[in-house]
Amino acid sequence: MSLTLTAMADSTVTDGLQQPPGSSQVPPPARGPYIAAITNRTTNLVIRGAMLFSVGVFLALVLNLLQVQRNVTLFPPDVISSIFSSAWWVPPCCGTASAMIGLLYPCIDRRLGEPHKFKREWSSVMRCVAVFVGINHASAKVDFANNVQLSLTLAALSIGLWWTFDRSRSGFGLGVGIALLATLATQLLVYNGVFQYTSPDFLYIRSWLPCIFFAGVITMGNIGRQLALYECKVVQEKTHQD
Amino acid sequence: MTLRERLRDKISAAFYRHGLLCASYPVPIVLFTSISILTCCYPLLKLPLPGTGPVEFTTGVRDYTVPSHEAQGDFGERPDWYRGPPVAYIQQVLVKAAVSPWESSLVPVDVFRSPLGRVFTLLEEIRNHVHSDGSGMRSLEQLCLQVTDLLPGLRRMQSVLPEHGCLLVSPGNYWQNQRELFDSDPDLLKTVQKHEPKGLHTSATLRDLLFGVPGKHTGVSHYNKKRVVTYTITMVLGRYDARFLGSLRARLKQLHPSANCSLREDHMVHVHFKEEIGIAELIPLVTTYIILFAYIYFSTRKIDMVKSKWGLALAAVVTVLSSLLMSVGLCTLFGLTPTLNGGEIFPYLVVVIGLENVLVLTKSVVSTPVDLEVKLRIAQGLSNESWSIMKNMATELCIILIGYFTLVPAIQEFCLFAVVGLVSDFFLQMFFFTTVLSIDIRRMELADLNRRLPAEAGLPPPKPGPLRPREAPPPPRPSPHTITLQTPAFRNLRLPKRLRVVYFLARTRLAQRIIMVGTVIWIGILVYTDPAGLRTYLAAQVSEQSPLGDSGGGGLPAHLGAAPVFPGGDPASTLSVLPAPEATPLPENQSQGHHGALPQAPPSAPQIAWAAEDEEGWRRLSFRHWPSLFSYYNITLAKRYISILPVIPVTLHLSPQEAVETRHPQDTRHPPPPIPKVSTDLQADLTLYKVAALGLAAGVLLVLLLFCLYGVLCPRNYGQNGVPHGRRRRGDLPCDDYGYSPPVSEISPLLLRGHSMDIECLASDGMLLASCCLAGQIRVWDAQTGDCLTVIPSHGLRRSSSNGCWDQRDGCWDTVGGASEAELLGGDGCDPCVAGGDVLAEDDDGFPLRRRMAPARPPLFTDQPDLTPLIDTNFTSQPPSHLCTPPMGAFDYGGLVERAYMEHEPPSASPYSSPSTSYSSSPPSGGGLPQRRRSLGDTPGPQYHDRACAGAGQATADWDSSVWAMELRGNLIAAGRSSGKLELWDAVEGSLRCSNEDGASGITALAFLNNRIVAARLNGSLDFFTVEINKPPGLLQYRGAPGRGSMPPSPCYSSEDLISCQLTRSVQCAHQKPITVLRAAAGRVVTGSQDHTVRVYRLEDSCCLFTLQGHSGGITAIYIDQTMVLASGGQDGAICLWDVLTGSRVSHVYGHRGDVTSVVCTTSCVISSGLDDLICIWDRSTSIKLYSIQQEVGCGASLGVISESLLVTGGQGCVSFWDLNFGDLLQTVYLGQSSDGQGVRQLLVLDHAAIVCDFGSELSLVYVPSVLEKLD
Repeated sequence: MSLTLTAMADSTVTDGLQQPPGSSQVPPPARGPYIAAITNRTTNLVIRGAMLFSVGVFLALVLNLLQVQRNVTLFPPDVISSIFSSAWWVPPCCGTASAMIGLLYPCIDRRLGEPHKFKREWSSVMRCVAVFVGINHASAKVDFANNVQLSLTLAALSIGLWWTFDRSRSGFGLGVGIALLATLATQLLVYNGVFQYTSPDFLYIRSWLPCIFFAGVITMGNIGRQLALYECKVVQEKTHQD
Repeated sequence: MTLRERLRDKISAAFYRHGLLCASYPVPIVLFTSISILTCCYPLLKLPLPGTGPVEFTTGVRDYTVPSHEAQGDFGERPDWYRGPPVAYIQQVLVKAAVSPWESSLVPVDVFRSPLGRVFTLLEEIRNHVHSDGSGMRSLEQLCLQVTDLLPGLRRMQSVLPEHGCLLVSPGNYWQNQRELFDSDPDLLKTVQKHEPKGLHTSATLRDLLFGVPGKHTGVSHYNKKRVVTYTITMVLGRYDARFLGSLRARLKQLHPSANCSLREDHMVHVHFKEEIGIAELIPLVTTYIILFAYIYFSTRKIDMVKSKWGLALAAVVTVLSSLLMSVGLCTLFGLTPTLNGGEIFPYLVVVIGLENVLVLTKSVVSTPVDLEVKLRIAQGLSNESWSIMKNMATELCIILIGYFTLVPAIQEFCLFAVVGLVSDFFLQMFFFTTVLSIDIRRMELADLNRRLPAEAGLPPPKPGPLRPREAPPPPRPSPHTITLQTPAFRNLRLPKRLRVVYFLARTRLAQRIIMVGTVIWIGILVYTDPAGLRTYLAAQVSEQSPLGDSGGGGLPAHLGAAPVFPGGDPASTLSVLPAPEATPLPENQSQGHHGALPQAPPSAPQIAWAAEDEEGWRRLSFRHWPSLFSYYNITLAKRYISILPVIPVTLHLSPQEAVETRHPQDTRHPPPPIPKVSTDLQADLTLYKVAALGLAAGVLLVLLLFCLYGVLCPRNYGQNGVPHGRRRRGDLPCDDYGYSPPVSEISPLLLRGHSMDIECLASDGMLLASCCLAGQIRVWDAQTGDCLTVIPSHGLRRSSSNGCWDQRDGCWDTVGGASEAELLGGDGCDPCVAGGDVLAEDDDGFPLRRRMAPARPPLFTDQPDLTPLIDTNFTSQPPSHLCTPPMGAFDYGGLVERAYMEHEPPSASPYSSPSTSYSSSPPSGGGLPQRRRSLGDTPGPQYHDRACAGAGQATADWDSSVWAMELRGNLIAAGRSSGKLELWDAVEGSLRCSNEDGASGITALAFLNNRIVAARLNGSLDFFTVEINKPPGLLQYRGAPGRGSMPPSPCYSSEDLISCQLTRSVQCAHQKPITVLRAAAGRVVTGSQDHTVRVYRLEDSCCLFTLQGHSGGITAIYIDQTMVLASGGQDGAICLWDVLTGSRVSHVYGHRGDVTSVVCTTSCVISSGLDDLICIWDRSTSIKLYSIQQEVGCGASLGVISESLLVTGGQGCVSFWDLNFGDLLQTVYLGQSSDGQGVRQLLVLDHAAIVCDFGSELSLVYVPSVLEKLD
């Protein structure tokens, strides 16, 4: 379950991330100690991680709420009554996972030596996040005739998300890989009774879960890349000045 | 032209016109849009707030049991609120009554008086009904919901709503359920109307509560054409007793059978009312909206060049929200009940589809040329994007259509919603957002104007000429130094447009005529409708209205008289009625009479029809109907439910006799003749049509009128030159991510033609413009109109002052007097008319010769690119790029250096040392202008006869050396020649005022400040000259306003003055190497040299203040301005900023891979260009590179700053304008028809927002954002 949640958190992380980066990005001419801090590689990494984490936590809370409301996910009863109607460990897990994914993507891009150039702007990232939330929303709210239909729709939507906002092979591969891993982990969690789904149709979980994970990974990666891009810019400028 | 193109043009033109409309009338359009939004949102008032709408659940009546409190296992069908007993059961008796057959003798009141009167009988029937079976007797009294007290504060309702006992409401409550009161009520409608709240109300009104059907369905009015009265008797039961209700139903049906009634009676509906929107449910919704707005924010953040980004973002949000509301409202209006889904789906809809148009629109509009009028910009922006917008729209609609044909109800509903949403979004974008955008841009331009105004305040009043150079050539001025202020009256002739409209109106008395025409039309309408329609209608109206008026006077006292009875009557009646059941347990006795009436009624009364909508008539009521009814008794329905039982239909047919009997005396006091009444109906219909037709005609007329007005306000030729709109050439302009490239401007540069060869030097003082071409010809232009004022040398002068001239028209060399060796060599058998290669060959021939003459000196500097523009290597009319001709350049340098050294030696050297070598080549004979003769440097004596006699003013010009530097102040042109001679020309008269030959080394740079001239020479020396004017007293006049701009007042020298130019000081070894740059400002003279140093001199005493060292290459560019900002760029690609006061280096950055070719500072940034064709923009305070612009090859050198945020750069045949703050390309102006070939090498920014640049042999005068034009 945590995996699904983390995936959702990832996606949520991306959402949350956008705003802080946006605010930090708004004043490109801001200089001085701020620039220094940004350009410091470690600091930058920490900042990005923190942003991704907070976004992940935020998205996890919101999307979880969506699922809990619809009784898709059942937590032990005492959890329901807690503030955000999800277990305490869910948001941190999601946050961590989203931070990892968000940092992993630019890292892999760098390793592969093919920087991601497609639609690198915050408004596009925001759209990506919105679509991700929409996919979650659809999975929770829309009543489809059967689960296969729902899953297929969501899969198509996820692929569409990737095609619209990513279009990189590495992004696709990483997304699929992480989605599979997360699905497996969720299966294990549910198997061990940590939480459960109301009407599982794919072993112990819902069959649309991998799609959601995939979309979340893509979204988080998008945010992470955008953040990394910002770092790159600053670093470049700095080297230029020297 | 294919259909597609035609369509595209049409769409583009339509959008263009629409843009003009929006930008021209922003306020009315915004108002119109707001009204549209409000209108469309009006149906929303009837909607439940999202989440608070009641939820229904239907069960069968037959096996109904009160649900248990415990949650049951199966969540399958039952909603989770369906637990426990409901608050109440609602049993409605739906009564439809009519008087039949209708007789013509009946008055309108009869339609409802007697049917309403029957409610009392029915009430009694219901109250008295007792069902007895084995389990005992049951009456309504036992089952009904007992209420105790009305809420305090509802005193107004006290007399109407039951205060104690059973909650049983019916129209009879208006009369305290007493027949007597009803019968004595002279005006029933007035009584009903009395309790209606005033104004707009959204919750259930008392009338709705009592009648139980929406007001307009009751039929209680004078104009009820169907003559059927509908009302309900609503019983609120506390307990459910199927048997009692069944017997009541059977009894009522038996008494009043409904013949054709087939209402289903097997379903009861449970309605659950929610309390409020749960916060938990809202969080995801809010999140999606937050994301949506973040998306909007990040999108709009990309929008620059607007006045208020936040304002625009707000407008975008308003657009989005309003279209959401509008679509929901419209859906409601057309009966498509929206669910909360709409609100949830909409953000996604917007994110995926909707906002792009807004962005594209904004982007397109802001990237239109800034100097256009606002409405033109809007129109252009719109039309540029029209095709893509329409295409997207069509695509989306297609997709939705496909979705609609899936025939899945949910998807169909979504598709309908999406269509409405899309259309309303499009509507708002087109009208609301575009208009707001136009307002915003207008504001921005006003702000620009305000910022500009102080700077321009000091300028001499703008002459009309520069504003519309092509439309209205200014009145010819005798001479530039006698410019006088335009009289205010004359300036006012350029009226603002609105004033012109007012004047137009005043002149043509348009308003008066419109009013007259309107009056005539109105009279016509009156006459037209008079004979039949209007008068009769009015008569009918009067006849109908008057009874009401009468009753208002007469009825009120009676009513008031009855009023005191009410308080006591209410409980009394309840009490008196309630005991009745025991007294008369069997109601059959009463129904006898009705039975008698029934058989005769049905055949003649077919008008009472029962439809399926009657089945659940309560649905037509406001959803707040039940909560408000219960809330009057302090019972909340929040989070609880009520069960609504199937209605009991009751049909009443009343005979006319009965209707007549129940009449109140006052009803007949105004017997409206039946026949007129019928005809009134007919005529009312007729009049309705007439009025509709007239309204239509009036509407058409109004539209036509508006069109005329529009035509008056905006003449057809929107663009100044009737510029075609639509797609423009996008060429090879830089594109952004969206593939969007800014449109090419509609600025047409003013080409100044006249020079026969490439232009070498440019100088301007704002009013005049002096240019010097390779041929040595100096032309003086009016910098504002582009008129050529003077040509130096003029024809006659040239002829007289130069001998041995070679006239190209002759095409031969035979006039040459003393032919030089070089010339002989070069001219040998060469047809001078051949250009290009021949000339090159000739030069190649010539130079070796000179080498021989002045043998082998090592070239001292071989790498000074900045000298190349001075020494023109453009021997042919080849494409520009002096940078691209290395062999020639190198070679020429050799020659130059040689010459320099030769000149350095005593002038008594051989005649070959005379500086002018073959500079000018034979140009193609273009324009038929007399060509400058070939410079014959070594023609013997003649050019030396002109030893300047300073006092005489009759100095002889040196036509043989070329001009290397030129400056213009006042009306004096200072020209530095390659011979080392400094000449002062009168710019207006074209006469040589004085010359100075104190130095022999060529003057590479000149600075002319106040009355001082500083000349930098090729040998590194710096000469300071003073211009002295000996004039008759009082003749010195100043041109322009004294406090003008950045320039000190420049004295104007009249032709009587004797001007002398004295060498005050000569710094022999200012630099070790040739001086490359010389700039003067703020009382300082700054020189940059090949020796890697910059020196700062004081202008007054020629004292060297600082020697600035820091560059590791020769200095190639220097910038200094009035604020003592000093920046220098060198061959090492470095840019240094210096503090002129202390001589310290402020910053030092490397920005270019090759030489820095020019440096310009603004208050916030430093702009540098280099040989690497990059333009870099640096922050001045922190020296951080903000961004850089890649230029075309070979065009990096020319740049200028027009204002704080506007940068202009030269390119291949064009100049480009950039926004300095963001690095956006604003506009590109092509100088000539063919944009190839010529590059812009020099660019001069004049201080009235114009730039001058050289363009081959032509000058180009480009007026940039003439903000003044936007004033009106």
